[in-house]
Amino acid sequence: MTAPSGGAGQRWIGRSVRRVEDARLLTGRGTYIDDHPPVGNLFHAAIVRSPHAHARILGYDLEAARALPGVVGVITGADVARHSKPFSVGVTAPVHYYCAATDKARFVGEPVAVVVARSRYVAEDAAELVQVRYEPLPAVVDPERALEPDAPVLHETVGTNLANNRRLVYGDPDRAFRDAEVVLKERFRFPKYGSTPIETYGVIARWDALDGVCTVWSNFMGPFIMHPLTARVLGLPENRLRFIVPPDIGGSFGIKSLIYPYIALVALASKLTGVAVKWIEDRREHLLASSTGTDRVAYRELAARKDGTVLGMRFKWLDNVGGYIRSPEPGCSFRPTGNFVGPYRFQHLEVDASTVMTNKCLTGPNRGYACGHLYFETEGMMDRLAATLGLDPVEVRRRNLIPAGAFPYRTPTGGLYDSGDYPAALDKAVQLARYDELRREQARARAAGRYFGVGVALAVDPSVSNMGYVATALDPQFRAKPEYLPKSGAVDSATVKVDPLGRVLAILATTPQGQGHQTIVAQIVADELGSVPEDVTVVDEMDTFTRVWSISSGTYSSRFGSVGTSAVALAARKLKAKLVAYAAHLMDLPPDSLEFRDGAVRPKRGKGPSYSVKDLAGRAHWNTESLPAGMEPGLQATAVFGFDVARAVDAEDRVNSSNTYGFIAEIMAVEVDPETAAIRILRYVTVHDAGTIINPMIAEGQIYGGALHGLGGALYEELQYDEDGQCLTATFMDYLVPTACEAPTIEIAHVVSPSPLTPLGSKGLGESSSMTVPAVVANAVSDALAPLGIRITELPITPSKLHAMIQKARKT
Amino acid sequence: MKPPKFDYHAPTTVDEALALLGRYGGDAKLLAGGQSLMPLLNFRLSRPAALVDLNRIPSLAWVREADGQVRFGAMTRQRTIEFSPVVKARVPLLAEATRWVAHLPIRTRGTIGGSIAHADPSAEYPAVLTALEGEVVARGPRGERVIGAKDLFKTYLTTSLEPDEILVEVHLPATPAGAGSALEEFARRQGDFAIVAIACVVARQGERCTLARLATAGTGPVPLRLRAAEEILERDGLGAEALDAAARRAAELVSPDADIHASADYRRHLTGVLTRRALTRALGVARG
Repeated sequence: MTAPSGGAGQRWIGRSVRRVEDARLLTGRGTYIDDHPPVGNLFHAAIVRSPHAHARILGYDLEAARALPGVVGVITGADVARHSKPFSVGVTAPVHYYCAATDKARFVGEPVAVVVARSRYVAEDAAELVQVRYEPLPAVVDPERALEPDAPVLHETVGTNLANNRRLVYGDPDRAFRDAEVVLKERFRFPKYGSTPIETYGVIARWDALDGVCTVWSNFMGPFIMHPLTARVLGLPENRLRFIVPPDIGGSFGIKSLIYPYIALVALASKLTGVAVKWIEDRREHLLASSTGTDRVAYRELAARKDGTVLGMRFKWLDNVGGYIRSPEPGCSFRPTGNFVGPYRFQHLEVDASTVMTNKCLTGPNRGYACGHLYFETEGMMDRLAATLGLDPVEVRRRNLIPAGAFPYRTPTGGLYDSGDYPAALDKAVQLARYDELRREQARARAAGRYFGVGVALAVDPSVSNMGYVATALDPQFRAKPEYLPKSGAVDSATVKVDPLGRVLAILATTPQGQGHQTIVAQIVADELGSVPEDVTVVDEMDTFTRVWSISSGTYSSRFGSVGTSAVALAARKLKAKLVAYAAHLMDLPPDSLEFRDGAVRPKRGKGPSYSVKDLAGRAHWNTESLPAGMEPGLQATAVFGFDVARAVDAEDRVNSSNTYGFIAEIMAVEVDPETAAIRILRYVTVHDAGTIINPMIAEGQIYGGALHGLGGALYEELQYDEDGQCLTATFMDYLVPTACEAPTIEIAHVVSPSPLTPLGSKGLGESSSMTVPAVVANAVSDALAPLGIRITELPITPSKLHAMIQKARKT
Repeated sequence: MKPPKFDYHAPTTVDEALALLGRYGGDAKLLAGGQSLMPLLNFRLSRPAALVDLNRIPSLAWVREADGQVRFGAMTRQRTIEFSPVVKARVPLLAEATRWVAHLPIRTRGTIGGSIAHADPSAEYPAVLTALEGEVVARGPRGERVIGAKDLFKTYLTTSLEPDEILVEVHLPATPAGAGSALEEFARRQGDFAIVAIACVVARQGERCTLARLATAGTGPVPLRLRAAEEILERDGLGAEALDAAARRAAELVSPDADIHASADYRRHLTGVLTRRALTRALGVARG
């Protein structure tokens, strides 16, 4: 791969510095939630879950469970209804989402009761003895069926399974379609899949009756907007609810932001039993009832001229959020609002976004949040356009790309693409893949009766979501009411301090899930302070009582590489300014004649005395008399970085839904076995533009992981349900996750367009190819089977399904 | 996912183990490699009163040749079999099949006896036992008996072993010199149970087929011997047309079930495709 190097003065940024975390993690010395006994005398919870997809709860028989030795309490949905409130949801429909089922169970696996006992074994024995009396009701799992008038209704208070609908219009789509020379329509289905992080959810809660503080230890990494939501549910003031996150989290990919209902449930269990309670989710619970992305039915229309210029598009979406809509949904529709148009120039767009509730497990962000869906559809349409016009798929895209000179680029939906050179990145992918040669190979293969295909997919890769996008779900008239409070923001903080020996401590308000924040931060601070990464100690635990944080804080939405690193750099710069001011006082020189260079404060010009950080630190800490008048003692600086481009959604539904926007260009070659329908990936090239790359090795790891994740959605992973809403994929024997054996060789290259919005020029890269691989695989397989007229519009593509399509096509 | 309470015993001899089985009267489970039983316990799908752990019985793990067979103690690990020179030389089909069994850590624990006694019809070893007309030795309170492959597998996860018996040995006939063998498997991922697998042995004299053995995994409740397809080869020889005909016949012989991974039609189709591929590859290494 080509490694971008850092800019002037960047000695460590841009280098593949070895991860300081790895020795600890690979030798089993990590501290995860399950390793973490923060308090003594812990009791253990087992959750009783609904075996029905849809059932009214008539009552509970708890005597047998309570009588089991070692059981300290059983909490039911009735207790939850009495002692907590439902969570606020992001839509106006009156959906009452409690942390456990209170009136009805609405999906298999929904919590209906919690047993607390002295061990998990006893708790599970007792959970089997809890008798819940149900009246089973008819279930519905398909989002289109759920909207039919005779479909079972999940929420009587809502009266329909439609949780939300917004029709967004940008430009004049009707005119674009009237003026079009080519109009294409297609239906797509995107599967329900998650992330299956190696570490499942874990919560430890202690509700202290004396000081009224509920302390929760969990592997929750944000967004910390969930903190006030949970406090409200528990009836606690926010300064009585303390979230602590242990140093290590074993992966999240968005999934762990949906731990918050369990935080509330375990906290309630602690309150009602009076003991500290620990709950570790097991894998079956995770697959049944944690969180996944939505399955979606999409109807797409594309209007274009004969030369391939796209004039406009129409999206009609039905996003299936399962039994309850919950925050941050319907982000499944609106998180990419600013980048709805992807990398293309067209100005006219209509989006009809429906959020539907059915008897399936609930949803939330899953790596690439909603972008895998978006680009699977858009890139499928671009290939159809190419095929219809007899154009090469690369060429049709080139004709529609936003040109390099157009940045910063305001999209018709309100996005502000900060930087990029999309044509250059596409060209790089074409060169790296030796695209023309692949096409020649394809011609030879086709002549021999083989199914060889080449796929292309492009994506704008949004990072650091602006939480203001969530309000796109609400009607502009609702948002215009005086009592409505607008929302916006993308904020993180960091503190850098120097000890009396001149060593540096960087304290973050985020907890990584394996991304290597300690390494990255040490690189940044070492560059800023002219030291070496080994001399920087990074503390990346989170504690809402001691860290500086805000509503949007957290490690999600590919934020750290952009907003977290910015806070670190700014804190270091603030500290440097203080060191310069202090040295100027010691030298009796004007501060503007000095600069911080190579780990010391020196005169800008000429020779003269210099003061090293170590020297200054010793003096400042040991002798405060040496400080200039008015200077605050101590050598630390805290910076809170926020993007000023993160604005609330406007009256025309335009919103800059993210803050930095990268780019991805991918090309894949596949061959389909005509006998078994097995898909073999022969070539896979991915080019990324994420601005300044701080650590190329870590970036490469993110791209590998993202690609494998996308491959899961394309070929393997789907949470499947039967018509009665029973989950058919509750173990790893049936829910197939791609492994190293399934990984193709990945060829990676970068184009670097530094972000003008961040001090280091960096953007997020954590979701990366998870959002393009579903599209590029589908396009490559469609291309391979084009001689049979087969187009892939539904994922995952399993050999069995593909074989049936091939058989059918051969017959007709 | 914690198992309900059970007693645990770790005998050091087969006789002790048999006595324990007798004591629990059918309510004890034998623990071999644990790769299938432990999940069943943790999911509470199996609730035995006791586990009798065979891992501390040294006399159950060995490989040796005798009477034209390669014989295995039931607790021989799959990992041992994978690297056994005797297996490679005398029953290459088993060596090849072993590489298809799950992943390295699983093969390190998994045993030949455990895999066969578990009788998962999508697993490789039951198909190999069936193709090779192997047999197992069961020991119980009434002594030892030998059970042939065709009498062993009854239906999904069910064998003709009695609850008070222990499968102690597996016997596989050595492959005749010059014969070729192959195992073709289709799974969605490396290491998964087969959607369909075909185990095959062929011996030839010129174009004449002197021996044909075909057995399936993944096509129904038990591994299936495809005798009618073998007969086509034994009758019509090893020309391309005969191989095609045998493959077509193989597909007709199975009546697989559908599941979330594959339709019945697709499994039937794969049976034909993989039979043809297995025969082609086995013939490629056969001499004579």
